[in-house]
Amino acid sequence: MATQRAHKAARLMISPSVILLLAWMIIPLGTTIYFSFLRYNILTPPASWTGFENYYYFLTDPAFIPALVNTLVLVLGVLAITTIGGILLALLLNMEFWGQGIVRILVISPFFVMPTVSALVWKNMFMNPVNGLFAHLFRAFGLQPVDFLSTLPLLSIVIMVAWAWLPFATLILLTALQSLDSEQMEAAEMDGAGWLSRFFYLTLPHLTRSITVVVLIQTIFLLAVFAEIYVTTAGGPGYASTNIPFLIYNLSLKQFDAGMGAAGGVIAVIIANIVAFFLMRAVGKNLEL
Amino acid sequence: MTTTFRILMGATALCASAGLAAAQDVTLTVATVNNGDMIRMQGLTGEFEAAHPDIKIEWVTLEENVLREKVTTDIATNGGQYDVMTIGTYEVPIWGKQDWLKPLEMSAEYDVDDLLPAIREALSVDGTLYAAPFYGESAMVMYRTDLMEAAGLEMPEEPTWDFIRQAAEAMHDPDSGVYGICLRGKAGWGENMALLTSMANSFGGKWFDAEWVPQFDQPAWNEAMSFYVDVMGNYGPPGASSNGFNENLALFQTGKCGMWYDATVAAGFVTNPDDSTVADKVGFAQAPSAEGGQKANWLWAWSLAIPASSENPEAAQTFIEWATSKGYTELVAENEGWLAVPPGTRTSLYENPEYTEVAPFAEMTLAAINSANPGSPTVDEVPYVGAQYVAIPEFQGIATTIGQLFSAAVTGQTSVEEALTAAQATATREMRRAGYPK
Repeated sequence: MATQRAHKAARLMISPSVILLLAWMIIPLGTTIYFSFLRYNILTPPASWTGFENYYYFLTDPAFIPALVNTLVLVLGVLAITTIGGILLALLLNMEFWGQGIVRILVISPFFVMPTVSALVWKNMFMNPVNGLFAHLFRAFGLQPVDFLSTLPLLSIVIMVAWAWLPFATLILLTALQSLDSEQMEAAEMDGAGWLSRFFYLTLPHLTRSITVVVLIQTIFLLAVFAEIYVTTAGGPGYASTNIPFLIYNLSLKQFDAGMGAAGGVIAVIIANIVAFFLMRAVGKNLEL
Repeated sequence: MTTTFRILMGATALCASAGLAAAQDVTLTVATVNNGDMIRMQGLTGEFEAAHPDIKIEWVTLEENVLREKVTTDIATNGGQYDVMTIGTYEVPIWGKQDWLKPLEMSAEYDVDDLLPAIREALSVDGTLYAAPFYGESAMVMYRTDLMEAAGLEMPEEPTWDFIRQAAEAMHDPDSGVYGICLRGKAGWGENMALLTSMANSFGGKWFDAEWVPQFDQPAWNEAMSFYVDVMGNYGPPGASSNGFNENLALFQTGKCGMWYDATVAAGFVTNPDDSTVADKVGFAQAPSAEGGQKANWLWAWSLAIPASSENPEAAQTFIEWATSKGYTELVAENEGWLAVPPGTRTSLYENPEYTEVAPFAEMTLAAINSANPGSPTVDEVPYVGAQYVAIPEFQGIATTIGQLFSAAVTGQTSVEEALTAAQATATREMRRAGYPK
């Protein structure tokens, strides 16, 4: 009896925060869904009901397929660079050397730079075809400088985002490496296992779980990359670096089409859920969920 | 009546009187563009506040594209964040018609009839003025007289596109850091699309025919685009697809451009020895045309307007009258010289010998503004107004997308034909969706 009453009381006590949190989520989602069924360009009021017209126009927008592909390339590209690079860096940092502490802090610091700031630095100080560092390097070797942001826009964005997220992967993987049993390693070494087999049969299996965490968390954030694109290429040239979030921004704040922006938002939520579903199935086995 | 209640009543009364006292000191939030003339106005805020001690000015200075985003969402959602907005000739007729702006009734001292007729007309809806011009501009060619001479060419007063290509080729010398021609390449309806729409007009093209059918599949657009992509690729600076007005201005001022076809307002900056290394070597010519046809002119005026949602319309009007008055012009002239005054809004400025003496481009600017004809901008009849834009609400969205497509053509990622086909498809789609012909 007492426990049941306690349960009830507990439920009552936490209900305000639960309800608040639920409302926090449901109300914006609800208004987004509502707006997505309106023909509502804020420049031409009033709004009117259109049914699924916004969804039709969003999905058939000439920018939609390129944006979807760009989003996937961006997510997968950055994931590949950060996990592989992260493992290598973590292995390096795990070794003992002089000045270890400072090097670790330096390696981790890009993660704390705001995306807009890092994008500006990349754009103006590295990738600028006239004054950038890369342009100087190219010229020093007698090569024609590459105008990264207009000829290789998506690759440039991938590089910037990967630079920002590499420390995160390194950090997680480094902590995992530090929990690796050194006696096991020594035993394997004495049995004559080479460093390659030690890496593939001991270290990598030990890291799988952390890699899963890195991939999952990064995917969530990488699907929503925006600041780097906004600051550097503005989605262009053409649609070459437009991803789904940028396309939605373009529709709602460049074309002022609130209805279509909302429809795009709903579709982005659906896409994120599909990606999450496959990701969970693919890597979820490693996590005891 | 309990004591508590009495105390509460007293507190309310106090609050009310405090509110009244605060109402006498007005803070105006002014949203504006980060162009040179506006930055200068910002610097002179102190003068205005000294003359009107009860009004304080708070500036929100933004890059053109961001400004447009902010003020448009604010005015369309009745947000009321700003008391004075800097908007252009594109927005004024649309917003005025929607009753989103307060009509302006200027005092006699302001002398409304002194405004240049073309500019005044562009800022009025059915004869009512909805915004006051801060500076006005058309387009013209600025070129380096020394490089022209070295190339053995002479710029005619009204050049043709063929001559522009020839001159660009002759002056192009990338090894010594001089590029033949600088043109806007940055995507945006107020950036590359302003230039390209004017260019297409001069080649005989147009955005829509009488039935509102998009015309990007017509030969005139192909001609204009091919010319543009060709000269930008062969005689333009590297990274041209990200150069807007300000980037090109910096390039020209540091002597990296042989020619620059852009807004007339730039003339004041490139001839100002404080900012420009080539100040004494700049010549001017009218906007180019295709073999004696229509000139690639445009008409624009950055103007100050009061949104209907402003809570301080009287103070806002006071500020606008100050910032666009003859007195302001004189104030700038006193502080920074006649070259720095905002051009292109008042007849009296062009009749002032003090100005015409120091500004070799004055006559050219006035001629360009007077010859711009946003009322009937194209060779053929069209159902819209606007020289480098189309004054319908849908234009912004369509032109932003098309601007992106055209900047991809400049980088060579797509061909001119592909860009135009995509532009035609986008425009057709959006116009059908918006329900044209209306």
